[in-house]
Amino acid sequence: MLSVNDIHYTYQNFPVLSGVSFSVEQGELCGLFGPNGCGKTTLFKCCLRFLAAHKGTVHINGEDVSKKKVEELAKIVSYVPQEHKPPFPYLVREVVLMGRTPHLGGFFGVRRKDKEIALDALDRLEISDLADRPYNQLSGGQRQMVLIARAIAQDTPIMFLDEPTSTLDFHNQMKIWEIMRSITEEGKTILACSHDPNHVAWFCDRVIVISNSGVVANGHPRDVINNEILDLIYKDTCSVRSTDGVRMVMPRCIIEKKEQCSSGILAEHPDHSCK
Amino acid sequence: MGYDDVGGFSEYKKILILLVIAALMFISALTAVVMGKYGFTVLDVYQTVFTHVTFGDVSAIEKLNNTIIWDIRAPRILLTLFVGGALAIAGAVFQGVFRNPLVEPYILGVSSGAAFGAALGIVFPAIFFSLQLSAFAFGSIAVAVAYLLARVRGETPVVTLILAGVIVGSIFAALVSLLKYLSTDAALREIVFWMMGGFYYATWNDVRVIAPVVIIGFIVLWALGWKLNILSMGDDEARTLGVNPERYKFIVISIATAVTAFAVSLVGIIAWVGLMMPHASRILLGPDNRYVIPASFMMGGIYLMICDTMARTLTNAEIPVGIIASILGAPYLCYLLRNKGRIIFG
Repeated sequence: MLSVNDIHYTYQNFPVLSGVSFSVEQGELCGLFGPNGCGKTTLFKCCLRFLAAHKGTVHINGEDVSKKKVEELAKIVSYVPQEHKPPFPYLVREVVLMGRTPHLGGFFGVRRKDKEIALDALDRLEISDLADRPYNQLSGGQRQMVLIARAIAQDTPIMFLDEPTSTLDFHNQMKIWEIMRSITEEGKTILACSHDPNHVAWFCDRVIVISNSGVVANGHPRDVINNEILDLIYKDTCSVRSTDGVRMVMPRCIIEKKEQCSSGILAEHPDHSCK
Repeated sequence: MGYDDVGGFSEYKKILILLVIAALMFISALTAVVMGKYGFTVLDVYQTVFTHVTFGDVSAIEKLNNTIIWDIRAPRILLTLFVGGALAIAGAVFQGVFRNPLVEPYILGVSSGAAFGAALGIVFPAIFFSLQLSAFAFGSIAVAVAYLLARVRGETPVVTLILAGVIVGSIFAALVSLLKYLSTDAALREIVFWMMGGFYYATWNDVRVIAPVVIIGFIVLWALGWKLNILSMGDDEARTLGVNPERYKFIVISIATAVTAFAVSLVGIIAWVGLMMPHASRILLGPDNRYVIPASFMMGGIYLMICDTMARTLTNAEIPVGIIASILGAPYLCYLLRNKGRIIFG
């Protein structure tokens, strides 16, 4: 579905991507995972042709994206940016309706069906109550939900989401991951980057870990989210533990404190609570 | 048509508002044509207009009525309508493309360029035989230079474009000052008057020049209204949604510049209309450019029609319309800033 071959990108004299290659199969929910500044967003922008890669190719559905027109590309791939705020107070449902743009034709373009699809997308995210609010006056999290609804309305076979849950509360984070799972069950493909190793481990079919040196690991989360990889990208700050069969990434300092408590070392000091 | 009503996309109401504005436009035009120093009766005025509009027997009308009402007032009112409309739609387009509600149509230097062209025409009439042509040419050249200056590696970022517009504008403004310095007293007076803007010499010929350009420009921009909405979300957003930002920016900026350059070359520099009327339209109809463009066109026309009617009737002599437009416009923008500031200016 998506295949990225040997992508290189350099900002002025500062190389960000040097030889990144991977591929994602149809119907997969693929997590892109890596430390700050390792080039996740740049990689997205190269895939979406916002930036022209200096070397390497990106194929979607077997077709080279650099040979695609903007209009054609928008029919096969949608994108949810990290943060975006326009200067004009478009209503939420107008913003979601904008997702239908690649499928519009005619003089004024917008058909009854497009409006219904837009409203359905709002419904799916359970944010229909925001429909009449000006988009640029919403909170960051609400705006993020609206942009996800817009991408759903765009109805493309592949979706790119740049940290879709970064500004959401716990309930909405789970909701978005569940919705992403149900989208991939319809046969669509999703590439989402995230900073939460647990989310990636729990919900994704495939995880691609990148660091400044390129792709570090690529495979099922069970095989990828382990102590060696996490130590490599997060410099020994967390460990993988299993509670009741659910794997969980925890900060190492918390684990150490807990272990010291249970062995009785800290229990004698009243300053350190072992709650 | 894309205007049907689905689940709260309440578009009938907006269409109704557009129709009300259209009605207001006709009423203002019919009122303006009656206003004036010659005390014609209302019946005289409408009889004259009606005869012409229905291709009746013109020789049956009294000669004085015909000259003043049909040859002087009517073209002047139509010219205010087209100039106001042109500046207002250009303003709406520039505000959308530059993603900045404080932009006006002169942002890329068209007014300074046109002023320089007009000044050349006034100071060197032998070389630049047509003041209007010269103003139009230099207005367009200024914008073209700004656009080329801002174009880096196939992209024209908004900030660079605005800076380029400021640079080009200030160069042409300096050149105008130079011409003012060099010119005779009579020419200086003429330059200053031209720059204040006015409809003193409006003829049917001017209407014939500007009407086709503005009507075609208006229809194309209206049709691109939805694309303009997408452009106003930003370049990356536009690409995501399948609208090539470079291509459409070029198209809409070209059209907006063309209609502005025509307007400025015919009547001089009139400020405020292009800044204010798009805002007024957004307050009434929301930011959707499919409605903002037609509403701006009509409201720009109405506003300038009112200003010009005041300019020619308030005192015995004529007041340059630019002065009235600014005096009426400034309090309005103050009102916007104080009351609606947070909604409109983010």
